[in-house]
Amino acid sequence: MALWMFLNQALAGAFMPEQGTQIAKEVDNLYGFLLVVSFISCAILIGGMIYFAIKYKRKSQSDKTPYITHDTRLEILWSVIPLIIFLVVFAWGWTIYHDMRAMPENALEIHVTGKQWAWTVEYKNGVKSTDLVVPVNKDIKIILASEDVIHSFYVPSFRIKQDAVPGRYTTLWFRAEKMGEFYAFCTEFCGTNHSGMVARVKVVTQEEFDKWLVDESEIGLLPLAQRGAKYFQTRACASCHNVDNAAVKVGPSLFKKFGTEGVFGDGSVSKFDENYVRQSILEPQAKIVKGFPKPSPMPSYQGQLSESELSALIEYIKGLK
Amino acid sequence: MSTSRIVNGVEVATHYKDDTHQYLSNKEGIWLFMATEILMFGGLFIGYIIYHTMYPEMFAEGAKYLDWKLGFVNTLVLIFSSFTMALGIYFNQKNQPKKAVMALGATVLCGAIFMVIKYFEYTHKFHLGIYPGQMLNLEMVKPVHQNLGLYFGFYFCMSGLHGLHVLIGMCLITWVMIRNIRGDFHSNYYTPIEGVGIFWHIIDLIWIFLFPLLYLVG
Amino acid sequence: MSHAVAGKNYLNESSGLWSWLTTLDHKRIGIMYFVSVMFFFLIGGIMALLLRLELFSSNAQEGISFLSSLPNVIKGDANPADLYNRIMTYHGAIMVFMVIVPGIPAILGNFFLPLQIGAKDVAFPRLNLLSWYCLMAGAIMAFATLFLNKVDTGWTFYTPYSIRTGASVVLMVLAVFIMGMSSILTGLNFIVTVHKLRCPGMTMYRIPLFVWALYSTAIIQVLATPILAITLLLLAMERVFGIGIFDPKLGGDPVLFQHFFWFYSHPAVYIMILPAMGVISELMTTFTKKTIFGYTAIAYSSLGIAAVSFFVWGHHLFVSGQSEVAGIVFSFLTMLVGVPTAIKMFNWLATMYRGSIEFTAPMLYALGFLFLFAIGGVTGIMLAVVPVDVHFHDTYFVVAHFHYVMVGGTLMSIMGGFYYWFPKMFGKMYNMTMAIWSWVFIFIGFNVTFFPQFILGAKGMPRRYFDYIPEYEQLNRISTIGSWLIATGFVIGLIAMIRAITKGEKAPDNPWGGKTLEWTTSTPPPHDNFTNEPTVTAGPYEYK
Repeated sequence: MALWMFLNQALAGAFMPEQGTQIAKEVDNLYGFLLVVSFISCAILIGGMIYFAIKYKRKSQSDKTPYITHDTRLEILWSVIPLIIFLVVFAWGWTIYHDMRAMPENALEIHVTGKQWAWTVEYKNGVKSTDLVVPVNKDIKIILASEDVIHSFYVPSFRIKQDAVPGRYTTLWFRAEKMGEFYAFCTEFCGTNHSGMVARVKVVTQEEFDKWLVDESEIGLLPLAQRGAKYFQTRACASCHNVDNAAVKVGPSLFKKFGTEGVFGDGSVSKFDENYVRQSILEPQAKIVKGFPKPSPMPSYQGQLSESELSALIEYIKGLK
Repeated sequence: MSTSRIVNGVEVATHYKDDTHQYLSNKEGIWLFMATEILMFGGLFIGYIIYHTMYPEMFAEGAKYLDWKLGFVNTLVLIFSSFTMALGIYFNQKNQPKKAVMALGATVLCGAIFMVIKYFEYTHKFHLGIYPGQMLNLEMVKPVHQNLGLYFGFYFCMSGLHGLHVLIGMCLITWVMIRNIRGDFHSNYYTPIEGVGIFWHIIDLIWIFLFPLLYLVG
Repeated sequence: MSHAVAGKNYLNESSGLWSWLTTLDHKRIGIMYFVSVMFFFLIGGIMALLLRLELFSSNAQEGISFLSSLPNVIKGDANPADLYNRIMTYHGAIMVFMVIVPGIPAILGNFFLPLQIGAKDVAFPRLNLLSWYCLMAGAIMAFATLFLNKVDTGWTFYTPYSIRTGASVVLMVLAVFIMGMSSILTGLNFIVTVHKLRCPGMTMYRIPLFVWALYSTAIIQVLATPILAITLLLLAMERVFGIGIFDPKLGGDPVLFQHFFWFYSHPAVYIMILPAMGVISELMTTFTKKTIFGYTAIAYSSLGIAAVSFFVWGHHLFVSGQSEVAGIVFSFLTMLVGVPTAIKMFNWLATMYRGSIEFTAPMLYALGFLFLFAIGGVTGIMLAVVPVDVHFHDTYFVVAHFHYVMVGGTLMSIMGGFYYWFPKMFGKMYNMTMAIWSWVFIFIGFNVTFFPQFILGAKGMPRRYFDYIPEYEQLNRISTIGSWLIATGFVIGLIAMIRAITKGEKAPDNPWGGKTLEWTTSTPPPHDNFTNEPTVTAGPYEYK
């Protein structure tokens, strides 16, 4: 038993990310068991192979070998033992999976929507965010949806993952037991900036969470440029455009751009002003900066931004100096 | 480079023992190929069943736009053509190539009738603005079910792929008919005709499933 | 009828490119497959090296990406992320559809299946040639997309991304459709050949295990590939006409595509691995100089794997939103595949017991197969356990797992089989030392490349990522260095091969003391394979 605990700790602990939930601990226990069993079976197979290879190395061309065609007892043995092991891990896996899929009642419901290439988190009171902020030790139910293609919401530290499929809702739940910041990745290939579709999960105390929700809901009262900065994050602009240096991400940097002259793929030149920014957001294919691919991978925001949100974004971009 | 020899009046490839050996091998190959055809259509049928379970009323609505009488005529035409195809093989087994050519000609004719009726059905639908999927003209058709295009996606894919097979079948029958006129076949050798025949029967069989699924489902 | 004239064999009986392009000889067609698949493998391999180079450092987004430093002639005006996604797609599509699926059946199977059952040719030589042309036509279409809008969907073409992307998806899926046709024709040919063309005395329980494996593979090829065909046709229709079957906007279900796709592509995994297992059985018995342990069990386990393989596709969809019940059922069925696989592994081990083991290059590949496939196999079981898969799904753990099975398994066995039969195919011996060094580099390089990916996956690094968070950098570096070792190994192997063909010593008829029929004919074999039709009176591996 002590050896088992030691192996489990040594193996599972070393390779897996931090355990942020109870489910994560259960998954890791099963994973640790699988690792030990796998290690033993590999040791038998590979060790046996190496042992035989050395022991029965050919001595001369005229070596005689025994004529052994089969051994029914042995063959039944090595069919039945793996089968029993498989059945055990299957049953074990079933119980954990059942817990994973059984949605708790009275959970805090949060909508998470995937879009090329960012997650939008929306709370009941209308607060929108790119990061998933949740209170510690509370059941959270995530309702997933997608605006375009299939994405997959994955928090390694919670051992949870679920595809976000356009045209339907999928759900998952977790109960974070550790405070801190964790990564949430997109794990279903969704195009150009798939690998940039990374959100943070922030687990905070109930008090901090409540305060955060109130602070965020007061965002409408903020000055225009500051609101724009928020939208720049929540609308996923930041995943493709740099704002604090001139380096190119997927799209051109917006740092110190406002007011300059832009040269486009067709050779035409135009001023980087309010109307150009507006057009670029609503019709990204219209004027593509020289050196960038055509068609541009940028999705159109036509019909998705209100006039007030557009103005806030433009005000923010103006101020990038 | 495969060399051959003549056994019982049949050209037999060098890797076969005799004409029967070659005949049985070829026939097995043809049946295996037919299995792949059935499985390919099987994929479509499974898709159909899934969506029919999801939207039964939409499929019923879609079927109303089809003229079951035309479909029924086409079913009869194909069943009759299966019969003439079988006759074509039978007459070759009995060394009556002239009759066989006539039977095969009748089969091609039936195929052509089928395709002509199909053509009128298709153009009539295009005229009404009925196209597959997103191309369905919602203003002209005014469907109850907004996704009616999905039903016609199935209709055009299934009947289109089937129609393509009918065309291929007609070409193949014409080819064996020409070889028949040249006198290539006799009671010991009629493998190509039998192969094409099996193909044609399978195509008919698929239509016999398609007809009720598409036309009579309402 | 061509007789086996002294000095005449299938290689020199006629000459000129045209005599090859129109040949109906299964051996020549096998060689043509060999040359073309090698070419595809080279391209797919170079792409793999590029991918690994990009992943060497995690700072790609700050502008230090390897791919963005490529000259404009190569990268065009694409941004590096798109470039990565495209290379990733072509690497997958080429390696799966043009290298591993046709690999063993079309090269080694074509050449040795008729020889091993004492036949003069496959049942349908013309179809055999046609299937090669299908593969070529498909390959040309697939490579043509490189000059149009390069495909960036991943080799799985998941909807609705594949419907929305601007790439030449239609041409690409039609290419795969035609290559699927090639696979169907090969499978069909093999089934009839095994049923009808066995030489006198060659009962089904006397055919070599390589033939059993190819036979099981052929059944899957014939039964599963049509579903891929219709799936890809529907995807093409979806893109051209918008028929709506996979498009959520029109009421369709994008996940249905995944069901259809994996209904083919999971059995296809066994199209890739079963023939490899067949090769290993041959190598194990020849180089231990001992009859195979449990012939019947190995033969039936091939059929068993083929049968179960049709009912496990759902394990690719554990997190796609399918019901809990479906997840449980597919998990259970997937576990069942483990049993026949375990049987095979233990039977090979038992074959080594009290054998007389010779460490030639092919045997080292067989031992390498056992080593890598053991790891690939146990990690496969981990992935079959649903809650564990929820964590590992679409991470580098999966990438490492299928490379251990597909490369560690299939590629090791292609190489092993190739070194085993090379003397028979070309009539020349290769330099054993070089071949063994090539193995050393490939084997070590493989583990250095892919073992760290298990850990990366466990730590949560998703697959198909052009860039990653800095925590993952160290392991990615090790992995990239490993890829250079593999490349070195293949270069050594290629040199050994070219040297053998140009100035190798003449090979004897039976250099390894093999017992199966292909070793009884002359080297290289004559056009009709055997001067006199062989007659068989005992099982295939009678080392008494």
